Amino acid sequence: MPFQSTVGDYQTVATLETFGFLPPMTQDEIYDQIAYIIAQGWSPVIEHVHPSGSMQTYWSYWKLPFFGEKDLNVVVSELEACHRAYPDHHVRMVGYDAYTQSQGTAFVVFEGR
Amino acid sequence: MSKKYDAGVKEYRDTYWTPDYVPLDTDLLACFKCTGQEGVPREEVAAAVAAESSTGTWSTVWSELLTDLEFYKGRCYRIEDVPGDKESFYAFIAYPLDLFEEGSITNVLTSLVGNVFGFKALRHLRLEDIRFPMAFIKTCGGPPNGIVVERDRLNKYGRPLLGCTIKPKLGLSGKNYGRVVYECLRGGLDLTKDDENINSQPFQRWRERFEFVAEAVKLAQQETGEVKGHYLNCTATTPEEMYERAEFAKELDMPIIMHDYITGGFTANTGLANWCRKNGMLLHIHRAMHAVIDRHPKHGIHFRVLAKCLRLSGGDQLHTGTVVGKLEGDRQTTLGYIDNLRESFVPEDRSRGNFFDQDWGSMPGVFAVASGGIHVWHMPALLAIFGDDSCLQFGGGTHGHPWGSAAGAAANRVALEACVKARNAGREIEKESRDILMEAAKHSPELAIALETWKEIKFEFDTVDKLDVQS
Repeated sequence: MPFQSTVGDYQTVATLETFGFLPPMTQDEIYDQIAYIIAQGWSPVIEHVHPSGSMQTYWSYWKLPFFGEKDLNVVVSELEACHRAYPDHHVRMVGYDAYTQSQGTAFVVFEGR
Repeated sequence: MSKKYDAGVKEYRDTYWTPDYVPLDTDLLACFKCTGQEGVPREEVAAAVAAESSTGTWSTVWSELLTDLEFYKGRCYRIEDVPGDKESFYAFIAYPLDLFEEGSITNVLTSLVGNVFGFKALRHLRLEDIRFPMAFIKTCGGPPNGIVVERDRLNKYGRPLLGCTIKPKLGLSGKNYGRVVYECLRGGLDLTKDDENINSQPFQRWRERFEFVAEAVKLAQQETGEVKGHYLNCTATTPEEMYERAEFAKELDMPIIMHDYITGGFTANTGLANWCRKNGMLLHIHRAMHAVIDRHPKHGIHFRVLAKCLRLSGGDQLHTGTVVGKLEGDRQTTLGYIDNLRESFVPEDRSRGNFFDQDWGSMPGVFAVASGGIHVWHMPALLAIFGDDSCLQFGGGTHGHPWGSAAGAAANRVALEACVKARNAGREIEKESRDILMEAAKHSPELAIALETWKEIKFEFDTVDKLDVQS
C-alpha cells in the first residue's frame, strides 16, 4: 500500500504584518483599500525600506505624509513613483490618524527583493 | 447650627433619602439594583444602601456629632422602576469625593460593595454601574501603556491582534510548553497567552517557563520578520514573588506580562500596573472569578463596573467575553462595556446598559480581548462586534487543527485578514461571511481544513443575565 498521510507540513513564512497572509492584491483591490483610508479621514502616507531593514520602526517617508489628500489617483501615482525610484524596496501604504496619533492601517503594496 | 445628641434608632430615609439633591460633578455616582425584603418601603431600602455603603450604621452614635456628616454622607437621590421586574428597583446614590482615597479602586469597592451586600433588609443587591468623576479618574494611573502605545510597540495596525492560549492548560513541562508557543507564533499569531491556571506548579516552575518561552518568541520573531509576544503570567502567591517574575520577564526582553486582577486583587493589580508603566512593559489582564460576581442578574456586581475598575487600576488588555463563543455575554451589553474600555467619552445609553455619562478624559484605552470557544467561522462576527482595537484569541481553534498549532494559527490569520480586507472594501462581512471565508480558503489549505473541522460547532444557549427591558 502506498504511503498516505492527511497531515500537511506547515512551513514558516516571512511576512510583512497586516495582509501578509493573503495573496498579492490586484490593482482594484489595492484601490479599494486606499479608498477606505481616504473615507476614514486618514492621511495617506507612503513609506519604503530595503528588505534588510524591514523590522525597523522607522521606514523612510516617500516625500512627506500626504496630509488631507482625498484624490485616489494622486495616491496611486505617488505609490508608483516611489516604487520606480526604489524598485528593490518594500513600499507600504499607511493610513495615518492624527486624532489618535496612530496608524489606522498599514500594509505593504510592493515587496522588494 | 449644632445639633443635640438623640440616642436611638432612626429610619435611614430620614437622613439618606434626598430626592431633591442635585449631584455634583465631583460626586461618585452609583446605580444599584435593589430587591428588598417584603414590606420594606423602597425609600427605606435605598436609603439603607446609601447609609451602609457610606457613613451610616444601624444606630445613632454620639461621635457623629464630632463631624459634619451632611458633608460626608452618601445620598440616594433617585429611585427608578426596573423595566419588566416588579420586585426590584434601581437606586441612584451620590457619594462625596472625600469618602475615597485617591487612586484606590480597592477603597472604592470596599465602601460600595462591602458590608451592605450582607444587609438583612435586602434580599438581593447588584451594583449595576458607577460614574467615576474626573476628579477621581485623574488620581488613577490607568493602563500602563494603552492601545496606541501597544500598537506602536507591537507594530500591528489596521486589524485586531491575534492570539491564543497555550493548551493543554495544565501539565506541560517548560520545554514542551515553549514548543507550543513557537508553533503558534511561527504560524502567524501575534501573541500567545499563559492559561490563567498556570502560575508556578510542580510540573512547570515559572522560571523554566519564562526561559523556554523567551527562546520561542525570539526565534519566531526572527523567522517570520514580525513582532511577537507571549503573556507571561506573573500572578503569584505574594506581591514580592509577582514583582520577581515581572523583573525576570523584563530581563529576558519580553514585551508583555499578565495578571489575574480579581483573584490577585486590585491592590496587587494597581501595583503591577505601576511597575509596568515604569518599566515599559505591556500588561494583559485576565478576569478569573468574574462570573461568580457578575452573572446573577439581581445580585453582585455587573461586569461593566469591574471593567471600569480595571481601566482605572491599570491594564492594557482585558478579557470581555466573545458574545459568540462558549461563554456568557449578550451583544449590546458587551458593546456597552467595551466602549468604556476604549473610548474617551461614553454617553448614558440604557440600550447598552450604561446608566451614566462617563468621561474618561485623557485615560488611555484598553484592548478588548475576546477569548473562549471561538473558531474561524466566528471571525466575521467577531470583527464586526469588536472592531480593530481588540485581541481575538482562539485556543481550541488553533491547537485543534488537524495539522497542528502552526497550521491552525495560519488558518486564523488568513481568515482575519480576509475579513478585514473585505470590510475595508465595503462588504457586509456578517452577511457575506460564508463567501468571504470560502474565497480565502482557496488560497489557504490550512483555512480550508479548519473550516471543515469546525463547521458544526455552535454554542447557542440563551444568556442568563440580560439587559432589563420590558418584554
